[in-house]
Amino acid sequence: MPPAFEVVDRPLDTQMTISFGPQHPSTHGVLRLELVLDGEMVVKCVPDIGYLHTGMEKLFEYKKYQQGIVITDRMDYLNPLGNNLAYCMAVEKLLGLEIPERAQVIRVLMCELQRIASHMVWLGTHALDIGAMTVFFYAFRQRERILNLIEAASGERMTPSYFRIGGLMMDLPAGFERRARQFTEDFPAAVDEWHDLLSGNRIFQNRTKGVGVISAEDAIDWGLTGPPLRGSGVPLDIRRANPYCGYETYDFEVPVEHGCDVWSRYMVRMREMLESNKIIRQALERLRPGPIKADAPKVVLPEREAMKTHMDALIHHFLIVAEGFNVPEGEVYQPIEGSKGELGVYVKSDGGPKPTRVHVRGPSFVNLSALPVMSEGEMVADVVAIIGSLDIVLGEIDR
Amino acid sequence: MSHDIEREKEIAAGSRRAATYPVPPAELVSALRRDNETWVSDSVEAFGELTLVVPRASIAEVCAHLKTAPGFEFDMLSDLMGADRGPEEEPRFEVNYHLFSTKRFHRLRLKVLLEQDDTHVPTVTTVWRTANWHERETFDMFGVVFDGHPDLRRILLPDDWQGHALRKDFPLRGYEPYSLT
Repeated sequence: MPPAFEVVDRPLDTQMTISFGPQHPSTHGVLRLELVLDGEMVVKCVPDIGYLHTGMEKLFEYKKYQQGIVITDRMDYLNPLGNNLAYCMAVEKLLGLEIPERAQVIRVLMCELQRIASHMVWLGTHALDIGAMTVFFYAFRQRERILNLIEAASGERMTPSYFRIGGLMMDLPAGFERRARQFTEDFPAAVDEWHDLLSGNRIFQNRTKGVGVISAEDAIDWGLTGPPLRGSGVPLDIRRANPYCGYETYDFEVPVEHGCDVWSRYMVRMREMLESNKIIRQALERLRPGPIKADAPKVVLPEREAMKTHMDALIHHFLIVAEGFNVPEGEVYQPIEGSKGELGVYVKSDGGPKPTRVHVRGPSFVNLSALPVMSEGEMVADVVAIIGSLDIVLGEIDR
Repeated sequence: MSHDIEREKEIAAGSRRAATYPVPPAELVSALRRDNETWVSDSVEAFGELTLVVPRASIAEVCAHLKTAPGFEFDMLSDLMGADRGPEEEPRFEVNYHLFSTKRFHRLRLKVLLEQDDTHVPTVTTVWRTANWHERETFDMFGVVFDGHPDLRRILLPDDWQGHALRKDFPLRGYEPYSLT
């Protein structure tokens, strides 16, 4: 493959071109960077992506709408419930479905749990990249509790496919609320523990403060969303800007830091986890018995018991499974606040049971495109810190 | 049973809305259409979203205007993506621009339609720098050429890949087994 830029061969020059990745552990997957270095200073940085490209957007066009949910799990595999939600909401918008209250509350509850779990992986690996190994184990110990909750609800730890078009796969299991409430009570102490381990550490502060600076104007121009944008002082959160699932009725803060550097992005995420914890508590308070699926028999699979006694339920089940359901012609774009930023799903329908085009606006994809702006002029070791602060997942970037 | 039929009619008409987001005020959009008659050739409002169809030649101009114009202030390009309507359709390709305002929180979709034989569009990287990778992806997947783009290379597929994978006439499994070695 030809290099992305002209390499000038000057023997006495101090510049050197290195290939960073794709098998480097601190690139969080298979990211490759071409770095031009002057000594230890990064002169030019060109990301090279696509190593994990699996043609998911093409695959959507060959699958029925309900089969597409499974594909979304595999994109941002640290935030699968967020992907499920964005896709389901886009299709629900085309169908005009109204989701019952209980399903909305459970969606919020599960998404916030998933956001914390995703941030825990970020925290562990980010600290590990910079050289603090202990935090990784502390973070993953707590993450296991969330994955156990997700497993209890959906049967899967990493690829739950828990949200379905028109509602949820099934209701929460017995004991879930008690375990989730216990988690929310223990969680602030765990965050304090991480702060003790990391935030006061002078080496960590020196490695992160003033590193990877991007101004608010540049951040908006480069399309940054989520914690990287809020770390640059822009108080933008899709949950507030374009509320969905009833987020406008929850009481939570949008943490903003003004340092524009790796440290600010770190602090935003640490504070955001506690806000998510608050939302989970409120959602647990709001859980009331009720239906978890929309009242749309041609779209939502019927209850198993109903199929044994009602002929029309049996027919609907057969038609949904065998032929899928038709979705009105049109196109929608549904943005949500994923754990990494604005996660937008575009769905276009021609009126049939399969979409003609699905596009996912991955926050990692856009955030990574701003990496050269942040890393040029920094030390090569700081590039690792900056990548960690962007919290990228290559499954979503390459799709 | 009649209840079901009524609901299906409503769903088919798309009149029932799920979660949606604000669009720019209607009087501003009509003012935009009135002031610059060549800028907007069509506008569609469906599912609570507003789409403006923009002629290809003026897309960069329209974007630059919407970025700063009072009342619009679309300072962020949320997403830019291509779509293929199928080899028989003409115009065959479309490029969708999803605009977002970090100040007013409203959204707008711009759409450029392209003929099969002439897939050139002016770049909007001069307006929002984030368009860079989105345009590369659209070029990679659909073969849409963005004139004036600073670095128009393939981004997800290998440089020596033949064809454009998300076109409708590109088979799901490709033309031949591809080896990365």
